[in-house]
Amino acid sequence: MAKNTGGEAETVDQFLDSTLESVDSAEALVLEVAQKAGFEEEDLHKIGMAVRECMVNAVVHGNQYSAHKKVRVSVSAGRNQLTVTIVDQGKGFELSSLPDPLAEENLLSNSGRGLFLIRAFMDELQVRRLTPHGTEVTLVKYLGQK
Amino acid sequence: MSVKLSTRQVGDVSVIDVSGRITLGEGSSALRDTLRDMVSKGQKKILLNLGEVSYIDSSGIGELVSGFTTVANQGGQLKLLSLTKRVKDLLQITKLYTVFDVHDDEAGAVRSFA
Repeated sequence: MAKNTGGEAETVDQFLDSTLESVDSAEALVLEVAQKAGFEEEDLHKIGMAVRECMVNAVVHGNQYSAHKKVRVSVSAGRNQLTVTIVDQGKGFELSSLPDPLAEENLLSNSGRGLFLIRAFMDELQVRRLTPHGTEVTLVKYLGQK
Repeated sequence: MSVKLSTRQVGDVSVIDVSGRITLGEGSSALRDTLRDMVSKGQKKILLNLGEVSYIDSSGIGELVSGFTTVANQGGQLKLLSLTKRVKDLLQITKLYTVFDVHDDEAGAVRSFA
């Protein structure tokens, strides 16, 4: 784990294996930082859930459980916000190409709700396709935002 | 804590009591296996008691939907009992709350299968 405590924000970085155990590790890491930053129970639940969904996407859809690929998790807590960045080494995807899980025809689909839930639980979501491969997802939650 | 499932029979309704976390991996596959087992045995009235479920992710929601459609395709019904606030909120934001028949009281839920 790398820590950068310079300035007002503390950033913690971890490189995790592409396994479901890493989903738990990432959630625990982010929640520890979020708790120290002052987020309360309901927000911690939302942040934890968003991180889990994002990690599942990175491990399952991005890196496809590859033992040769890592997921990088960075979390930093500023004065009023928590920023989490999750980067995989998969082939990437276009946000606009994903089906709307609330559309009538997708309502009874068994999957496809992860990013929708991340959006619902966090204040900001950015998805960036990396070159030559990989996806970087940035999640932001503001302290005290309802 | 991972998921724990136990089944019991109330009249001709099969009740599955679920507790813990329904998340991708062990939690969602245990739920899937239990529901498939019931359907394969011809049980058509299934009540899923989620009162002790502390956490459910998108994979868990997917299993609820999959169970609902599998049971319906066999001519049966899957209903939900005792949702926690968090599970109820999740079903509402995903627009699934009105898809499922949701009950707060077990006796009423059992009667509703008539």
